[in-house]
Amino acid sequence: MAGLSAPSEARRVLITGLSTYWGGRLAQALEAFEQVEVIIGVDSSEPTRELARTEFVKVSNQHSLLRRIVRAAEVDTVIDTRLVVNSVNATAREAHENNVIGTLNILAACAGRDSPVRRYVFKSSAHYYGSEQDDPAFFTEEMRRSRAPRTLLERDIVEAEAAVEDFAQKNRDVDVTVLRFANVLGADVETAFTRLFSLPLVPMVLGFDPRVQFIHEDDVVHALEHAAFRRIPGVYNAGADGVLALSEAISLVDKRPLPILPPWGAGAIAAPLRRIGMRIPDELGNLLRFGRGIDNRHLKATGFEYGYTSRETVLKLAEHLRLYPVMRGREQAYTYEREVEEFLRWSPHVRRRPERDDGVAADREVLGI
Amino acid sequence: MASERTSLSRSPETEPVEADDGAPALPERRPAEQMRDLLPAIETDRRLDDWGRSERVEGAFDRTLAEFFYRYWFRVEVEGIENVPSEGGTLLVSNHSGALPPDAMMIAKAIRDEHRAPRPLYLTVEHFFKGYPGFSMLLPKLGGVAAHPANVHRLLFDEQRLVLVFPEGRKGTEKLYKDRYKLRRFGRGGFVEAAMAAEAKLVPVCVVGAEEAMPVFAQADLLKRLTGLIYFPITPTFPWLGPLGILGYLPAKFKIRFLEPIDTVALGGPEARHDRALVQMTAQEIRARIQENLHEMVARRRSVWLG
Repeated sequence: MAGLSAPSEARRVLITGLSTYWGGRLAQALEAFEQVEVIIGVDSSEPTRELARTEFVKVSNQHSLLRRIVRAAEVDTVIDTRLVVNSVNATAREAHENNVIGTLNILAACAGRDSPVRRYVFKSSAHYYGSEQDDPAFFTEEMRRSRAPRTLLERDIVEAEAAVEDFAQKNRDVDVTVLRFANVLGADVETAFTRLFSLPLVPMVLGFDPRVQFIHEDDVVHALEHAAFRRIPGVYNAGADGVLALSEAISLVDKRPLPILPPWGAGAIAAPLRRIGMRIPDELGNLLRFGRGIDNRHLKATGFEYGYTSRETVLKLAEHLRLYPVMRGREQAYTYEREVEEFLRWSPHVRRRPERDDGVAADREVLGI
Repeated sequence: MASERTSLSRSPETEPVEADDGAPALPERRPAEQMRDLLPAIETDRRLDDWGRSERVEGAFDRTLAEFFYRYWFRVEVEGIENVPSEGGTLLVSNHSGALPPDAMMIAKAIRDEHRAPRPLYLTVEHFFKGYPGFSMLLPKLGGVAAHPANVHRLLFDEQRLVLVFPEGRKGTEKLYKDRYKLRRFGRGGFVEAAMAAEAKLVPVCVVGAEEAMPVFAQADLLKRLTGLIYFPITPTFPWLGPLGILGYLPAKFKIRFLEPIDTVALGGPEARHDRALVQMTAQEIRARIQENLHEMVARRRSVWLG
């Protein structure tokens, strides 16, 4: 058991998908922890959030050269936040490339006898379970979906998870944690549901009122962080407490439901709706009829506490939706410029914040020198 | 903007990190009983529960339709209500009658009105209803839960609820008038297994009157296929009076009898559910007890309409 002699806490962390919302948020969060010596972020595009000490390395979409980065930096913890779980954010082709091929390459980079990686955290989605008529009301982690995936996105997620499971079997000395997140809502994140809730009238399927469960964007970051610092191998569902009826959620965001989608053959009406600006993502097709709930108790049993319930998550979004027309355009978007970032990180002329354990520097700061 | 409560504000020192002694213990998954404490807390501002049950819809239904049928139409008489435990996971097992039977509605109303410590009754329904527009919206609001073993287990074991099951299932509702009060087979005894796994009590229930309230003369196979329903009964009012004809009940006198509870822990508890012979025998025994009581109740009944 080589794993036991290795340091068990995350000291040298590699985050994939740094430029996605989750990668950026997680990197910002980890920067606050002093025991994390190194934070490396990789992605195929440039970071979208301002980072202080995270090092960004641009890699190709397929993450094929990751192995060299992992070995060179002796990365002990890999946090894979890159999975595309919303078809609003990427085309099917990009999503497939990223979700399946990307996952395989990242796993390959972490595998092997001489690999320094001891912990691998994979951000997955409750879309893994699908949404079908004969599903249980609450999925637990050991359950599988009752029918084969129907949409490309779901197929990719199942395939990616299968690859992760296979990796966990073959690399027993690596702690593999998979987190399956419920539908995320929040002010800064764009998902199929936030889009749906920002429409003036929220389309529903006629004669159905599905049960839906959400998780707040902050809780997603906390859960990833929780998994990075604890030894909790296994699969965990992450969804806030409470399952709402869709009509209940719609009234919480002060919107009106519009039961416009026919129960059968929703594809026929999807095209005209798309033309007037109501795009209903494929993976929501079944969810809007049958809904889904997940059992979140195993993650709670590891000591994780959710900051918001499903209801509070929706209320938070409602606040944001009311504030948005006023706040729009106030905040300046961050743009990454390599030269500036490199100057800030490596130039000897930059006065860096004193290290905590460096007593002299800290005193100087206090005296204002 | 919405990040007042991010991890950035949390001090890293308080973050419990494993000891550096080289052999951090793997966290054990807690035993199932303790998982109960981790169930979501009830949010008092909500009017729906996590199963989609709506206080408001249920209350409105209870005050109007259920009240009318219970008091004036079926004039329900209840025996042995004290056999329904006021706490702990309890599975009520009842006989079922044809078409869209009022038996579940009347059992729920009986518990609500006659029991000294009433609690909400969850009713297991076919998965089919979850996929049929209209039913899919209404049934969960009234306490209907799809009959998935995992759902029954969570209700009985984790949430310690009262659950009603009709083990005859679809075979019961397809039954014709000429077969009234003849119990169909109780499947493979899945309900006994579920109760054993959850260490729940089993309470057999006998309902007399529901068969005459809506006699089913035939099943129309072609219409069933055309409408996509699981069965298409021909009753005195359906389909002649349109979809609402399904509520055209005749005013038969209802009698509900709750039999003595069976403690599945005494039968061997969760381990016993793997004993196929024991499960089957228990299911048979419950079926026999219900059948026997039904015969006795029908034999003593002077009139279908007056009781």
